[in-house]
Amino acid sequence: MNFIKKSPWILHYDGSSCNGCDIEVLASLTPLYDVERFGIINTGNPKHADILLITGSVNEQNIPVVKQLYEQMAEPKAVVAVGICATSGGIFAECYNVVGGVDKVLSVDVYVPGCAARPEAVIDGVVKALGILEQKQKRMRKRKYR
Amino acid sequence: MGNRTVIPFGPQHPVLPEPIHLDLMLEDERVVEAIPRIGYIHRGLEKLVEKKDFQQYTYVAERICGICSFMHGMGYCMTIESIMDIKIPERAEFLRTIWAELSRMHSHLLWLGLSADAFGFESLHMHTWRLREQVLDIFEETTGGRVIFSVCEIGGVRKDISPETLDKIDRILTDMEKELKEITHVFLSDSSVKYRTKGIGVLSKQAAFDLGAVGPMAKASGIKRDLRTQGYAAYGKLKFEPIIETDGDSYARTSVRIKEVFQAVDLIKQAIAIIPEGGINVKVTGNPNGEYFTRVEQPRGSAMYYVKASGSKFLDRFRVRTPTFANVPALLETLKGCSLADVPILILTIDPCISCTER
Ligand code: SF4
Repeated sequence: MNFIKKSPWILHYDGSSCNGCDIEVLASLTPLYDVERFGIINTGNPKHADILLITGSVNEQNIPVVKQLYEQMAEPKAVVAVGICATSGGIFAECYNVVGGVDKVLSVDVYVPGCAARPEAVIDGVVKALGILEQKQKRMRKRKYR
Repeated sequence: MGNRTVIPFGPQHPVLPEPIHLDLMLEDERVVEAIPRIGYIHRGLEKLVEKKDFQQYTYVAERICGICSFMHGMGYCMTIESIMDIKIPERAEFLRTIWAELSRMHSHLLWLGLSADAFGFESLHMHTWRLREQVLDIFEETTGGRVIFSVCEIGGVRKDISPETLDKIDRILTDMEKELKEITHVFLSDSSVKYRTKGIGVLSKQAAFDLGAVGPMAKASGIKRDLRTQGYAAYGKLKFEPIIETDGDSYARTSVRIKEVFQAVDLIKQAIAIIPEGGINVKVTGNPNGEYFTRVEQPRGSAMYYVKASGSKFLDRFRVRTPTFANVPALLETLKGCSLADVPILILTIDPCISCTER
């Protein structure tokens, strides 16, 4: 992709991460990586967001929260799981209060590996999610005009 | 008397990078009570000692929290080393101190940025985070990782820093100091910033003591309590004075943290000047047997580690009490009577680390 057609807004939710991935997500928004210059904004409002970025695994208490956030987002939407915790539970997979990766609750579109995931990888994941968003949008249009 | 309204705050909220839920009981614009609800990040990692052996557990300990990851690793290693009577090489102690103080810098800069964001000073937030990246660059150069670097191990450290790199760190820090002065000056003297922090969320010395506040929260209320004075790692060989302020408001807490950043720069420079030659780790044989209790001064205050072992590869019990946990009662105290608009900045004022608190 040479240019981005859309500046996605991101909703970040911390499942049960250790903060390592969270601060890397924030770091990709701040000067060194600075995705804000492409209009990518970390919003606090699910209704404005295109991409749900989740760090950390899910547990019984935050499953309803994650679901609610996802449901409040407008279509088309994509889910990016950042870090190995969000992918499979990672180092905490054996903990009694960890249900597993985010895909236990939502269908995840992009998995970003790493512990902690590096800002470059997070940005890469978001760019991948952009492509997926576009496809989803196309499919939605087709459905509309049929 | 006005009507009482309950406003839910969190778990997902723009100023909170991490989920915590507060029910704010309001009378008009004033908060009369705040009721916390936690458990969104609880993983139960203390019980993981039964599944990972004591060497592997170092990596879990580092992931108690990604911000003070190095200090958690260090605290855990120090506890096991004390049980097993391991004396780590002096150079390793100095290296640990250097990384620990760098972590303190990175953590305080992160907090300064987030608090600037909370009172709506976006460019200040960006500038502090830009400076923070320089600290992360040092981490990356010396350890390979940016936030979690798994460099501490039982018996010492896993990587050495060459004399040239140490010189370079010294130079980077000298340059950084100038920029830091420029930015922190804004926090301490800009009138719009002061308006949001001066006299907000006052915690008296007595209240701080009674509620068991730790770290900058206690120091800003005039309690001189800094565990580094115990002299663990190489702190015993460096000269420093705990920083205290007496006003107990948000401004005082900001000021304590800013002064600690400069103190960290000074401590690293001192350590670089007198770091001895030698090995960086010793071989560890056998299994720990016994129990021990360590305290470490983290950026957010004192953390305590307790380990009980009975001679097998797996520990019987691991327990950590983290600074944010100790500061939550003090937070609830400062929230009483504040206005709704000040809630975000007050929550940030304790520098909350929920993933530490809930583990
Ligand atoms: S993947 Fe690693 S750094 Fe990220 S939240 Fe999990 S333990 Fe922390």
